[in-house]
Amino acid sequence: MNALTAAPNIAASITRPFIAFEQASVTFGRGEKAVQALQPTDLTISEGDFVALVGPSGCGKSTILKMVSELLKPSSGYVFIGGREIGANPIRIGMAYQNPTLLPWLNIRDNVMLPLKIVPPFRGEFSAKRKGEFRDRVEALLAQVGLSGFGDKYPWQLSGGMMQRANLCRALIHDPELLLLDEPFGALDQFTREELWAIMQDLWLSKKLTVLLVTHDLREAAYLANRICVMSARPGRILDDSPVDMPRPRTIEMTFQPDFVALNQRLRAMIVGARGGTGIVNHPPGQG
Amino acid sequence: MQRILDIARDKAASTALIIGVFVFWEIFCLAANISDILLPRPTQIIAALVKFWPAIWPHTYQTLYTTLVGFAFGVAIGVAIGVLIGSSRLAYDTAYPLLVGFSSIPKVAVVPIFVLWYGAGTVPAILTAMIICIFPIVVNVATGIATVEPELEDVMKTLKASKLDILWNVSLPRAMPYFFASLKVAIALAFVGSVVAETVASNRGIGNMMMIASSSFNVPLVFAGLFVLAGLGVSLYAIFSLIEYRITGWAHRKTDLAAS
Repeated sequence: MNALTAAPNIAASITRPFIAFEQASVTFGRGEKAVQALQPTDLTISEGDFVALVGPSGCGKSTILKMVSELLKPSSGYVFIGGREIGANPIRIGMAYQNPTLLPWLNIRDNVMLPLKIVPPFRGEFSAKRKGEFRDRVEALLAQVGLSGFGDKYPWQLSGGMMQRANLCRALIHDPELLLLDEPFGALDQFTREELWAIMQDLWLSKKLTVLLVTHDLREAAYLANRICVMSARPGRILDDSPVDMPRPRTIEMTFQPDFVALNQRLRAMIVGARGGTGIVNHPPGQG
Repeated sequence: MQRILDIARDKAASTALIIGVFVFWEIFCLAANISDILLPRPTQIIAALVKFWPAIWPHTYQTLYTTLVGFAFGVAIGVAIGVLIGSSRLAYDTAYPLLVGFSSIPKVAVVPIFVLWYGAGTVPAILTAMIICIFPIVVNVATGIATVEPELEDVMKTLKASKLDILWNVSLPRAMPYFFASLKVAIALAFVGSVVAETVASNRGIGNMMMIASSSFNVPLVFAGLFVLAGLGVSLYAIFSLIEYRITGWAHRKTDLAAS
């Protein structure tokens, strides 16, 4: 626990960078129609870290996420994951979007099991273990997010918050080394969202995985993350990279304490500045 | 019991309408004194149906056979093309204009070509039934596959799922409701196809029987043929609806909830 709470300064940390962006930029389209989505960016995330990306909409947060998940290649520069350039890395990734996209024809258990059917080494054992070991594994994970007994239900029988819990389970069932979250709690009401923050924190503390969270919600970022990266308006770049020095496990009450509020306000001011594009805030980006 | 009553209540209106149409038809023919050469009454048609049944049955069997065989081929080819153009943007853009052009040809116009190739009889009827039901299946399967949520596709790709994994686990099950909806349309079209072919060039089948009956002015028998076709069409439609409901009930849960 202590090692995790005391991992603020990543540049000085000795753990090897798990994710490293080296002057990675993304441009969509060509010629005159080309739109730069992400300016050349440096970013390193060490193993076991929890990093939040915040910023105005369309700032390239999701672009960064897509590069990490190999859905998008950088137009220039490099992205390394686990020490290898993307495209060649064998690490397991879990992903959860705001839209839970559970498959309506499968019950929750089979929905959560889906990655085991696809990701090696589980896929080779799928038919043999789906009724035994894998089923227990799913039940255990469902219990951890407060969904025990819901395995037989279908997605449409669940509330939005419950679907999002199942979605988290699906993103975690195959023991990913890296979890990517793209505004996963954005569509939920305040109280459900706070409940899920607590669940997310518990999952992270118990599984020791690396998490990259994209969010609009500054309280969410501050509650969950070890580090918050603020991005500028398109074309995106990282304006600020601040550690969140709060002990774990954090509570919702802590988000109303003065240092928390001060942090939120500082981040908020930066994003407001970034939205206006006035460049009021002139922090050196990241490790710059 | 309650369930049966519920179903009966749901069906009561449509049953009443069907009976009403026939009663109106009967009374109209009697009141206007219409000759059975022009428009036989439903009772005369049913009488003809009973009287000529031994002669009608082999034709019914032939039509059912050509329709189902043509339909089966049509489904196989339609699903294959639908999966192909639904999962690849390039294949879609490339093949769609040709498919649309192909489907706009009136199918009765190609029957003579099939006859030229295979002679009159069973084969042209099967082929006509087949090509007429391919298009709706292709369009529906392709739509079902092409409209998979992009986020879900990203989730699958992040798991390093192959195209085949995505197709098998996500796209195909997702396309099932579209597929079954198209089957109901396609089976009705397949009947049209085989009967058209039989009418133009065959010595067997309901279409052929109706041609012969009309040339000998046995109009009640012509109408009996229509009744047989309608009966077959409705039965197959009902069978496919039932299968659809069983397999893709997840897509119909809203009506379920509303009914319960």
